[in-house]
Amino acid sequence: MTSTFARHPGRLLVILVLLLHSVIVIYPLFWMITNSFKTTQQIFEASWTMPTVWVVENYVKAWQGGISAYFMNSVIVTGSTIVLTLALSSLAAFGMTRAEAGGAGRAAGLVLMACIGGMLVAPQVALVPLYKMMQALHLHDTHLALILMYTAYRLPITVLLIRAVFVTVPRDLDDSAHIDGCTSFQTLWHVYLPMSRSILLTASVLTAYHAWNEFLFAIIFIDSDRLKTVPAGLMNFRDALMTDWGVLVAGLVISAAPIVIMFILAQRYFMSGFAAGAVKG
Amino acid sequence: MPARLTDLLLYTAPFLIVTAVFVFYPLVANIWYSFYSFSAFDPVMRPAGLGNYQRLVTDPAIVTALVNVSLYAVLSVMFQVGLGLVLAAILSQAFLGFWAKLFRTLFFIPVVMSITVIAFVFTFFYDPFSGLLNMALQAVGLGHWARAWLGESATAIYAVIAVSQWQSVGYVMMLFIVAIQSIPRDLYEAAELDGAGAVAQFFHITVPQVREMLIVATVVTVTGSITVFSEPYIMTGGGPGDSSATLATYMYRSAFFRDEMGYAAAIAALIFVATMVVSLLQLRVFGKAK
Repeated sequence: MTSTFARHPGRLLVILVLLLHSVIVIYPLFWMITNSFKTTQQIFEASWTMPTVWVVENYVKAWQGGISAYFMNSVIVTGSTIVLTLALSSLAAFGMTRAEAGGAGRAAGLVLMACIGGMLVAPQVALVPLYKMMQALHLHDTHLALILMYTAYRLPITVLLIRAVFVTVPRDLDDSAHIDGCTSFQTLWHVYLPMSRSILLTASVLTAYHAWNEFLFAIIFIDSDRLKTVPAGLMNFRDALMTDWGVLVAGLVISAAPIVIMFILAQRYFMSGFAAGAVKG
Repeated sequence: MPARLTDLLLYTAPFLIVTAVFVFYPLVANIWYSFYSFSAFDPVMRPAGLGNYQRLVTDPAIVTALVNVSLYAVLSVMFQVGLGLVLAAILSQAFLGFWAKLFRTLFFIPVVMSITVIAFVFTFFYDPFSGLLNMALQAVGLGHWARAWLGESATAIYAVIAVSQWQSVGYVMMLFIVAIQSIPRDLYEAAELDGAGAVAQFFHITVPQVREMLIVATVVTVTGSITVFSEPYIMTGGGPGDSSATLATYMYRSAFFRDEMGYAAAIAALIFVATMVVSLLQLRVFGKAK
């Protein structure tokens, strides 16, 4: 080792920077996990120590004390958003791809403009009219409100991502499906979708990430505690547990776990999706 | 009508309808609403002319919010774009091998976590009595620096901005890793033959080669700062007073606490214009580059 660093003195610096940044990233995560096993008293007195007694009940209390309901709400909203977003995006991407190949490129170009324009709109900018609209449609305080919002704001980027892959599907396959008597929808189902598994997975994890973590719509469109998703519900959870810190921190760990685990398992799809999302934006 | 055009309309209709109703219509309606004065539960909308905008330019809270989002933008570009690029360049060093992937995964974890979770953990750190930050300061003899970080107007916005940096630097780092991967290897090999060290290679090859991503990352970061809501809302609620308010938290407060929906729409219009200016600047810079 010594000789390596003697020959490449920069490497030592590189490793030092990496270790320092690792500590900065890891410490809050480590703090969360250790303190989730402590009593309030212990957290208050010395939150940097290891737990003297491991209070596993914190997790049981957190789960039963509200997190389980928020968790299920998030599962419902996230799952529905993924299905709806992928369905509508695949249909639109397919229509655009075929129109471009079939000489209706200019019309498809207009749809493309709608995608790019839609990506530029931040939800913050449309909040007041959306609030009024949800009241008028009697969708306020329903999961459907969140599902519709999340889908609407994820559609433009998802259409672009899927279209970018659909245009690479060989025309011959499309034509032979047509000759075999496939309707256009059957062609989408049997030819395009199976060839696009990777991007559909990427789009799913990206949609899941956004729906699971979204905060602004979640606090505005849902009033009832029993309908809240995890990020919004945690606010109530905190207010109800001002004196039970260990349980609160355990609740935080449970809330963060699904998406972190999903990220570690499906990292490839996350990375490519995030990169494509930013560049296209 | 040609079959392809019918197909196009049929297949894109659901997407177009949803986007038109929930993305584009509200954007236009917001501008319209900003010329009225109304409350959330009262259907009557009273014309306000330019009243909301006149108030906007004289409202001291708007000035505070503009200063805060500017601080947010400057510090975020420094830490996320600056540090993100340095980390990406380091993780692209071949000698790290398998470790590069491990560090990349680790550094990205904060990005995927819910902001509520992160904000709560840092609220514990900032706690004036039992928080780690004050305890650490006391431990190294800087006890006189200890304070209620989120509770004092002088420090609240900085404490909030710091949390955003912790969460998002990994995201920008990842963008740069992708950009660096597409730099031709022979550029570095040639530089090495010329005797250029790692630092020289970073400034003379990496930085110019990722120029486009630098612009994208800066725009993403600045736009994110202009619209930032969750971090200040969760940790300080924009307070104390309006000292850590951002445009989005102030809009939220105007709409849902003070029930001044028309004024909130005017603030939203301001956010829209600010983000558009940044996006158009990006297009201009790209246009010149090409």
